Amino acid sequence: MKRTMRILSLVTLVLMLATAAFAAPVLRMATTTSTEDTGLLDYMEPFFRQATGIELQWVAVGTGKALELGKNCDVDVLLVHAPSAEKIYVQEGHGVNRRQVMYNDFVLLGPAADPAKVKGLAVGEALKAIAAAKQPFVSRGDKSGTHVAELVLWKGAGMEAPDKDAWYISTGQGMIQTINVAGEKNGYTLADRGTFIKYEANAKGNPPVVILVEGDSALRNQYSVIAVNPAKCANVQYDLALKYADWMVSPETQKLIADFKLEGKQLFFPNADE
Amino acid sequence: MDYIAQGVIQAFVLLWTGDEETWSAIYTTVKMSSISIAVCLALGTPLGFILGYADFPGKKGVRTVVNTLLALPTVAVGLVVYAFISRRGPLGELGLLFTVSGMAVGQIILALPVVVALTANAVESMDERLRLTLLTLGADGKRLALSTLYEARYAVLLAAANAYGRVISEVGVSMMLGGNIKWHTRTITTAISLETGKGEFALGIALGLVLLILAFAVNSVLSLARQRATI
Repeated sequence: MKRTMRILSLVTLVLMLATAAFAAPVLRMATTTSTEDTGLLDYMEPFFRQATGIELQWVAVGTGKALELGKNCDVDVLLVHAPSAEKIYVQEGHGVNRRQVMYNDFVLLGPAADPAKVKGLAVGEALKAIAAAKQPFVSRGDKSGTHVAELVLWKGAGMEAPDKDAWYISTGQGMIQTINVAGEKNGYTLADRGTFIKYEANAKGNPPVVILVEGDSALRNQYSVIAVNPAKCANVQYDLALKYADWMVSPETQKLIADFKLEGKQLFFPNADE
Repeated sequence: MDYIAQGVIQAFVLLWTGDEETWSAIYTTVKMSSISIAVCLALGTPLGFILGYADFPGKKGVRTVVNTLLALPTVAVGLVVYAFISRRGPLGELGLLFTVSGMAVGQIILALPVVVALTANAVESMDERLRLTLLTLGADGKRLALSTLYEARYAVLLAAANAYGRVISEVGVSMMLGGNIKWHTRTITTAISLETGKGEFALGIALGLVLLILAFAVNSVLSLARQRATI
């Protein structure tokens, strides 16, 4: 019995060492919930592995936390969507080689009855109308890319971002949960189009909130890839991170992104060449 | 509301058809919780026994601290352990973050007080007559301690089951330290929170049921072991 145990543990050890030796190099990425929730990363990962032999592992969190993970040297590369926060991040020297990859857009959602009468307005005007009518507005409130974009939009509308106002609801939760709260409260909210398409599909064609404002250039949602700075994080895998960034902006990958569809609709628009 | 019914059906479909992602999450959950429980029992049983058996100054204070630790908030544990095992933290060199071992570290901190407290309780509430009987039979100190531990074995089993329950149903630590990485650190609970985030409520409910079935299986094995032992 003892002998079998010893042989067994030896075999396990050898197996473990062998798999460690032959395992593909692993690149760790921090990214935002939208790229995971829409299924984009699951769709792209096999192509990346085939092209480079690198295994991509990702942690999907809000953009704020993704940047924080980069600062703490816990990941090698970031795929995020908050240009204003990213620029500060690169300026502070935490990240290098920021390249834009693709965009999708935000949409302003609200009840079909539209009590604040915002349908078809420019997004700044729409926000002002909601504030003036004191209709419920549901915010992510979690420093995610969407939340950062929302704060920029309030500023663009010439207003202080609301905080303690009774009609302003800050959930601190993910996009789907936040849309759900808007649906329950008959309120307005800002969402990325991809998550809304999923939400709409789940609601079987009868969603409690619908798109009221879209297509405004202020609503563009830019995604970029940033390598974590090897000068600040010695053990970061900078060469793998660069390979990933190069691959993301290559024409073949850009086409893959354009081909990705959710419920028959294109979600992300490649723009590495802009 | 049809996603409730859908979820129940889907749970069995996922299990029967051997859905790869579901089984990977089950595997990770079992692996993480087994490592955690093994370490917890190895450390917690002796500690709990000493705490329940021995008399020493300040014992009451230690008991109160252990009982307080039963209420450790999981996200706080996750955050503190993260600070330690992040590459910038004092233990960063070990590379534990976003691995199953890293998750196990957090779970051990969560479950250890459960094992210690329940073992100590069991040993303490042991019938006084047991000690007297053993003494009249001529047992010395060492024999007395070992026999007491042996008599407390079911309580230790119960402690293990409780700690197991805390570990497999936990999401804060797993999410923070494991990062919910597909095929690697995605457990059933982090998968549920992901599917809920995606709005796939039926799949979330299905995974919840899978977790319940798993817990049921573990508890059945434990109660079977107990029945066999008492016959």
